Amino acid sequence: MRSKLLSLATLLPVSTLWAAEEAATEVAEVAEKVLTLDVGNTAWVLTATALVMLMTPAGLALFYGGMSRSKNLLNTIAMSVMGYVVAAVVWVVAGYTLAFGTDIGGIIGFDSLFLSGIKVTDLWATGSIPVLLFVAFQMTFAGITVSLASGAIIERLKFSTWLVFAAIWILAVYAPVAHWVWGGGFLSKLGVLDFAGGTVVHINAGIAGLVVALMLGRRADYGKAMFPSSVTLTVLGASMLWFGWFGFNAGSELAADGIAASAFLVTNTAAAIAALAWMTIEYITYKKFTLLGIASGIVAGLVAITPAAGFVDTSASLIIGAVAGIVAFYGVNGLKKALKYDDSLDAFGIHGVAGIWGAIATGIFANPEVNELGTGLLYGNADQVMIQIEGIIVTIVYTAIATAIVFKIASILTGGARVSADAESQGLDEVEHGEKAFNLR
Amino acid sequence: MKKIESIIKPFKLEDVKDALAELDITGMTVSEVKGYGRQQGHSELYRGAEYVVDFLPKIKIEVVVVDELVDKVIDVIVKSARTGKIGDGKIFVSNVEKSVRIRTGELDNEAV
Repeated sequence: MRSKLLSLATLLPVSTLWAAEEAATEVAEVAEKVLTLDVGNTAWVLTATALVMLMTPAGLALFYGGMSRSKNLLNTIAMSVMGYVVAAVVWVVAGYTLAFGTDIGGIIGFDSLFLSGIKVTDLWATGSIPVLLFVAFQMTFAGITVSLASGAIIERLKFSTWLVFAAIWILAVYAPVAHWVWGGGFLSKLGVLDFAGGTVVHINAGIAGLVVALMLGRRADYGKAMFPSSVTLTVLGASMLWFGWFGFNAGSELAADGIAASAFLVTNTAAAIAALAWMTIEYITYKKFTLLGIASGIVAGLVAITPAAGFVDTSASLIIGAVAGIVAFYGVNGLKKALKYDDSLDAFGIHGVAGIWGAIATGIFANPEVNELGTGLLYGNADQVMIQIEGIIVTIVYTAIATAIVFKIASILTGGARVSADAESQGLDEVEHGEKAFNLR
Repeated sequence: MKKIESIIKPFKLEDVKDALAELDITGMTVSEVKGYGRQQGHSELYRGAEYVVDFLPKIKIEVVVVDELVDKVIDVIVKSARTGKIGDGKIFVSNVEKSVRIRTGELDNEAV
């Protein structure tokens, strides 16, 4: 078990403490070294895991909930909350081992179901943290990814279909892609850089959302006035996402070290500059400083810096964030209107578009002085951009096809994916949950 | 007896209520209403989608007073509700045929 973990770790794109200390050491020699638990790293990753957890049932739920119409607010929140809940169960049953178990042909991992065989004392080589902590940390990523996709399909999907879809999607789409990039699969062998989940989380979720939105069709009221229930909730949700994102990006280093600190700072910088960029371009276009635009810019910046967080310096984060705000603005304002798909809350427009930009930007700006594991175009490694694009294309193609199949299966198992026209007009809070978001009286 | 219905800007409600209290008007009915007049609606912008809001929120105040007080009440409402900007609202006056105080059974002028 231990030697497997060590050899796996050499394939991981994230930096490792021991790699920094003994970069020149042969893998075989390292394998013989007895790992001892690193208390500082363990404390930090425990904290980071809790931070990332907050992002889904609180941050994302409010971010999306505030944008939905008041008759669908609870349903929208419930999709994020239950995406996390389903992931938490599915991950320990089978998701983790498919993503991070022993590699089978570069395609998938597998050791055993129900985490059996992992002892409390087992250590993950990167960071010398308990394997069980790594399992929990990665679980929070699976949870947010499936919940992110829900933004494209709210206000018309049956809740039962969502629950079944979320469970199968994590096993059939998320786990394989996570394996390819982080679990020693073929994309990591190819050299794709994805520090905290630009490809695995954001492109993956964006494409999945888009595919399901296309299969499900537009909402009945598409094109009519559909007022967000509360921009206040959305801004609060975006701020909680921002807070949690420090765990997401700085936690992905799996160590309390300089790279984690750098990832923390560039994450903050990219979010801020992207909010400014979106707000400015929206003001130039529409003459209003909308809070919804500012919140959207924050999230676009966070998405774009995610794959780059542990590889780029602060000045690169300013460029990555600024461009993210602008491309996501056009993803939402141009692309969606031109192609007339109903990505309700812009899961693709923001996460897909800014995610793709972030993955490419990582190939351009990765600075070996920040992290020796990544060298980008600007530092003489012209191939990295092509490798990143290859990773993006593989993810898009696989996610699109596999998501379509998973959604079809979930739809058949639950007797049709779409709610009735009556239910859609009445609102899913009442029809699916028998509750109201607000009782103002 | 006349019923005086005033449609006013919501934030003017306190001013109008206080002004009417000074005239010893001892009761009123207030409703939150929506509508439009010359002010028309306004537009809201969400991620580049511009929605026109046709109906604006207003407050409707209904007071029933004895005939002699009508002009005074109208005057007070106009003064206290006016901002001088479009959308200040309107006042409608109509006849009231009968009124009853439910607790005592008093009628008409005794009951307003």
